[in-house]
Amino acid sequence: MAVFSIVLLYGPLIVMAFFSFNESRSVTLFTGFSWTWYQQAAGNERVQEAALLSLQIALVATIVATTVATMAGLATTRTKSFKALPVVYAIINQPLMVPEIVTAVGTLVFFGIIKQVTGVYGLGYLMLAHIVFCIPFAYMPIRARLEDMDLTYEHAAADLYATPWLAFKRVTFPLMLPGILAGAMLSFVISLDDVIISLLVAGPGETTLPIWMIGQLRRGLTPEVNAISTVLLGVTVLVVSLVFLLTIRKR
Amino acid sequence: MALVETVPGPTAQHTTLSGEEATAQAERKTRRLRWILLTPALAIICGIGIMPLSIILVYSFMSPGPYAGISWEPTFDAWISLVLERDIFDDTLQLNDAHISILFRSLWLALLTTVLTLIFGFPLAYFIATRPARQRNLWLFMISLPFWSNLLVRTFAMMLFLRDDGYINNVLLLIGLIDKPMILIYTEFAVAVGLVYAFLPLMVMPLYASMEKLDFRLIEAGYDLYANRLQVLRRVIIPLVKPGIVAGCILVFIPAIGSWVTPKLLGGGKGLMVGNLISNQFGTSRDWPLGSAIALFLMLMVMIALIIYVRNSTAARDHG
Repeated sequence: MAVFSIVLLYGPLIVMAFFSFNESRSVTLFTGFSWTWYQQAAGNERVQEAALLSLQIALVATIVATTVATMAGLATTRTKSFKALPVVYAIINQPLMVPEIVTAVGTLVFFGIIKQVTGVYGLGYLMLAHIVFCIPFAYMPIRARLEDMDLTYEHAAADLYATPWLAFKRVTFPLMLPGILAGAMLSFVISLDDVIISLLVAGPGETTLPIWMIGQLRRGLTPEVNAISTVLLGVTVLVVSLVFLLTIRKR
Repeated sequence: MALVETVPGPTAQHTTLSGEEATAQAERKTRRLRWILLTPALAIICGIGIMPLSIILVYSFMSPGPYAGISWEPTFDAWISLVLERDIFDDTLQLNDAHISILFRSLWLALLTTVLTLIFGFPLAYFIATRPARQRNLWLFMISLPFWSNLLVRTFAMMLFLRDDGYINNVLLLIGLIDKPMILIYTEFAVAVGLVYAFLPLMVMPLYASMEKLDFRLIEAGYDLYANRLQVLRRVIIPLVKPGIVAGCILVFIPAIGSWVTPKLLGGGKGLMVGNLISNQFGTSRDWPLGSAIALFLMLMVMIALIIYVRNSTAARDHG
């Protein structure tokens, strides 16, 4: 049963990856091995622009979301429990509890108002939208890591006359680094994969890779999309495997 | 929750203040530091995550603007047209069949997805929980990996299988089981397959988390007392892993009912769900108030599911 489920989960993805190396235009009949579609996708200017934009947004969203989530993680685990803690948890997890489509239209309307009032346009809006839904994903592994960490190290540092900042820099931060890295990587894949919020919030000309792909898919299946999908899949597998290695608990 | 004691920092030992005063001062300091650290995250999420929700709440009580957007005339029209529509000829209110069928389809597909992922996920989670401890993490990783990969990519893979000249039809034609391609894609069936495929990992993870804590001696005790497999499952395993079942169902139900990509790519015109209905109001239909009302209605359904979950998990904690 379990093996069957694994086959069901991975089968379609493996078959898809396999056919991206197909020589002919068909995405369902395999005729021979070739790199054609990868070359074509890599040479397509629109794909290049879209990929670059996606990377840009994902990088900014990851850096901001991880920084903010690290601070929040320290505040919620390194100090005594406080009354407002459940509320803080609820707010941080809010982006996960509201359906994405609701967030998307809400953000569209909200940014529309801000654009009208301030007259400021640009990529910043899309980045902000990404930062919001990346925060809970960055926060989860950071909090888990901090909760697993013993406070005795920090106590020891304080006993040895380390200032709180020095104790953080030399003790807490190195210890929590795997959690931070895991959070950053999850944010990165989540931002890179986002479709619906980007689709509605993006201004004219701000075509991220998933937006470009969904436009292509509506027109029909091309082996080019197949190749790009396989690359994206590869990136995710790589990043998530690293997260797994970083967060695995040694017992 | 493993919340820990205050980080002392330079406490009483380093200062000349009396013990009590120093503790109070340190306490104030940590409290200030805590809120300074929390502010950016809370400000971003409240400002850009929660603000929009209150704005669409306001918009849902306004009239649609001439081209898009809204005009500031308060009305309940949007909420009324959620389920009713005004007849063009005699101006009477009637049930809006198009909206109602989409709302019901969304609910039905989300529930179907939840049940199917539970049927597939339960044995899978049980299998993982009964592996040797060292293998479990790897299995769990294997299950969760597809979940992190791009939903668009996974839906694309499904399209390759379900198309008229997709792999399923090709193979069936080849072995002569059918003589013309079956219509698989652009049906509710295709959407259900896509949703189950997309959300199975979300069911397995919480199920596994509660099965991992299961005391397997209880199952042996059940067999010792002459229970058959079904009885053990029904009387021992299911009651013990119920929190995991509820959590898994909620985790699947919420994204399933709000899904957009899967019905868009696999459902065609016949498989639209409420998410697509919402985005249409902000796109081609240009009825922002109606779109806001439907979005809030969707959120209401999700909130109900969450409340059921919270009540269930607090009840479980009180009894455990």
